[in-house]
Amino acid sequence: MTTAIEPTKKHRIDFIKIRVRRQDGPGKKPYWELHKLPYEPELNVISILQMIAAQATTSDGKKVAPVTWDCGCLEEVCGACTMVINGKVRQSCSALVDRLLEDNPDEIVLEPMRKFPVLRDLMVDRQRLFHALKRVEAWVPVDGYYDMGPGDKQSREAQESNYPLSQCMSCGCCVDACPQYLKIEVARLDGESDEAFEKRKLAEYEAGFVGPHAISQAILFNNNPTGKVLEGERLDALSGEGGIQICGNAQNCVAVCPKEIPLTTSIARAGRATTLHVIKQWFEK
Amino acid sequence: MSEHRVVVIGGGLAGLASAMKLAELGVKVDLISLTPVKRSHSVCAQGGINSVNDSTRQLGDDEWKHLDDTVYGGDFLNHQPPVKEMAYWAPKVIDLMDRLGVTFNRTGEGFLDHRRFGGTLYKRTAFAGATTGQQLLYALDEQVRRWESEGMIKKYEFWDFLNPIVDETGRCRGAVAQDMVSMEIRAFPADAVVVATGGCGLVYGRSTMSVFCTGSAASRCFQSGAKYANGECIQVHPTAIPGSDKLRLMSESARGEGGRVWVPRKAQDPRPPMEIPENERYYFLEERYPAYGNLVPRDIATREIFDICVNDGLSVDPDKMCVYLDLTHIPRAELDRKLGGILEIYEKFQGVDPRDEPMRIFPAVHYSMGGLWADYVKSAEGGLESGAPENHMTNIEGLYAIGECDYHYHGANRLGANSLLSCIFTGLFTGPSILNYANNQKSGSNDVAPEVLSAAVAKEQKRHDDLLTGNPGSDENPYLIHQELGNLMTRVATVVRRNDQLADAIEKVKELHERAMKVNLSDSGSWTNQNVIFAKALQDMFPLAKTILQGALLRDECRGAHYKPDFEKPSLTAEDPAERRRQAEVWCDEFEANNERFLKSTIAGWNHDTQMPDITYEDVDTSLIPPRPRLYGLVGAEEIEEVWNERARAKAEG
Repeated sequence: MTTAIEPTKKHRIDFIKIRVRRQDGPGKKPYWELHKLPYEPELNVISILQMIAAQATTSDGKKVAPVTWDCGCLEEVCGACTMVINGKVRQSCSALVDRLLEDNPDEIVLEPMRKFPVLRDLMVDRQRLFHALKRVEAWVPVDGYYDMGPGDKQSREAQESNYPLSQCMSCGCCVDACPQYLKIEVARLDGESDEAFEKRKLAEYEAGFVGPHAISQAILFNNNPTGKVLEGERLDALSGEGGIQICGNAQNCVAVCPKEIPLTTSIARAGRATTLHVIKQWFEK
Repeated sequence: MSEHRVVVIGGGLAGLASAMKLAELGVKVDLISLTPVKRSHSVCAQGGINSVNDSTRQLGDDEWKHLDDTVYGGDFLNHQPPVKEMAYWAPKVIDLMDRLGVTFNRTGEGFLDHRRFGGTLYKRTAFAGATTGQQLLYALDEQVRRWESEGMIKKYEFWDFLNPIVDETGRCRGAVAQDMVSMEIRAFPADAVVVATGGCGLVYGRSTMSVFCTGSAASRCFQSGAKYANGECIQVHPTAIPGSDKLRLMSESARGEGGRVWVPRKAQDPRPPMEIPENERYYFLEERYPAYGNLVPRDIATREIFDICVNDGLSVDPDKMCVYLDLTHIPRAELDRKLGGILEIYEKFQGVDPRDEPMRIFPAVHYSMGGLWADYVKSAEGGLESGAPENHMTNIEGLYAIGECDYHYHGANRLGANSLLSCIFTGLFTGPSILNYANNQKSGSNDVAPEVLSAAVAKEQKRHDDLLTGNPGSDENPYLIHQELGNLMTRVATVVRRNDQLADAIEKVKELHERAMKVNLSDSGSWTNQNVIFAKALQDMFPLAKTILQGALLRDECRGAHYKPDFEKPSLTAEDPAERRRQAEVWCDEFEANNERFLKSTIAGWNHDTQMPDITYEDVDTSLIPPRPRLYGLVGAEEIEEVWNERARAKAEG
């Protein structure tokens, strides 16, 4: 009888070793720490981090602060708990320990995402990811929220091609794996006000690559019957600084997307659309 | 018009709907959330959102029937005027969400597709695959981002709401919140504060809720003097995937699309499920409830699954309680199109493809029907008076509660696919009410006395500092206390409730509460300290846990999700028609007497001296649809219904 995940009987172990890359704050030096937990079947990385938090002691018995990490739904729809596990960026809730041990029975290695500033330990600041959605105006510009009757009729085919794009949970796996998406970490200057720091940070983000997720969202909203009215603005954003021309077609994004969103298809469509858009603008000058 | 500023706490469907509606009305909003709003717990809602629609109308459905199904499903503990308003708004809410770009499933001709959900006979539920909550939340998140880029909304994400700021006149003048990264504590003055912070599933340790659904925000309002209503009404969802960190929801839409619940007739039959022939399977919901089948209301499905495992000993697994939820008879392509999202969750977390093999599921704590008490003004038509400042205002003036953390809509049991509706509806509907309240005030966010703000911050700073350094010798660990609380609450206050166990649990929870106030933190740092944030949330779970237990202890009846076998009304036993008729009369007499006593909202006020809730009762507005017995599956239902209808007719004529 098939049960949930077969406990790995062949490498039956008594303890799980977890190596965590820790960092006490932005700009601080990262360090490694080893934790050891008694083996239980059917754990995931979240339950391991919960056990580490409750125990707050390293493998050599030293009392330490619990590891900091972000999580939310624990069922891979919110995107919060993304981190790098055994070298691969993914959600820690769906990272099942028995599977990880099948691949590497010696230890589980947890690291923060690589393209975002570390706030503490495994928790990173993904503001840039959400800011990119503003850059491409990823919304439907309705007149207002009063009752104006239903939206346009849409074919089942259109729904079936848009729905996968609308499942993007802004987790950041795609940008973590993208060789063209470079980390931007802006340190606060002495005496800088909240507003001034925020402004300087966003300006730096504006200059960086928007990322595959934002390009795909631009396509989603360009497909919407009302969202389409901002198509020009979105294509302007994608043909400007940090736009689609940065993409080097490595195709890592689509390989790591936990929702299997056809990101490279979106990028190809956006590429064609921006080219046409630029030529059209050139003729209209 | 002078500029208004409102603080909205919580960025799920209710909070986002509120923020964007207020922004549309010209009100500036500070939106405070524990998590980036796009990651709020609303993303977990799967199945869909209810409204009357063109197809159901032609089968005889209308808004009144949506109201009727909702209050009948809720066992009449719902307040009917707000439910009526919601039911009449529902088609408009769906239209708006459609215009906002939600990728609802479509029919072949391009209209919105609908599925059937529990507790109704109509296909009222619009859906976007099996991730409807996620899709709705994203549409609102996008609108809020639009307003944010126009400067009308400012988000404070990773901020923990600590308390409402209440001035000497008892009016709410803003909120105190803490940056969970820098640990800065700050006052946010406001004309009004909207609490839209969802449910309190974490009081039960593991539930279908997200990790931040601790109920702490509602509890902080409660401890600041807001009343809390129907705390004991906690929905246990019939179908979840048991896990060591979380009980993951398996949507009711699995049954809405034809999923069948069964167990092998032979206890712990060792054969794989697909080898068990049809006649050796016990489809117990279909057999016991022929009209609704697998789509009985949630409280009933939950009790039956619990009963078949606990009392009949027919659990599929000998060591772990579970039953089969079977979709294998439905074509794969159809499953992928309509249920892809949830089937992937099962596959990812259990390593079994539910298209090939039935899922193993068991009930789990899912939704808080109760919540902060809030007012409303009834209109002449029996709904709500649009724009009345009292709508959804708690007993603290200027403090509003909407979404899962209010208490009006779902009575003692929520119907599937009504929660997304109630969240969006209350967010949108209360916009004009809050604006009118702000317009009526002589003073607003700009003229809160500085000492009121600084005192509120100082109080929270002291609590924070005391926690970091206060209990050096103690070995109380907040995570372990949370486990103890969760295990206890799950054992005594979920599917089956007994007074001796509840009374005993109250004493144990008191002890745990005292221990939780003395926790020693393993992290005393002042940067991104999750330890102290969790410790505060844990401490604030106790007033709600005590309110749930006390409310359950005092409610000596069965109503919706609140089930006490000691007070269950018996089925009719007599064979002789005359005697059976007499039994039905007695049954109805007892039903009426019980309603006299218990068809009331439980209202809790927090008593700081006793550290316990003071409980009173309040009448429920049932003026639109007279309460009637909820008879799903009861033996003798026909006779009882006959007697009941005769009485109802006599009353109507008399």
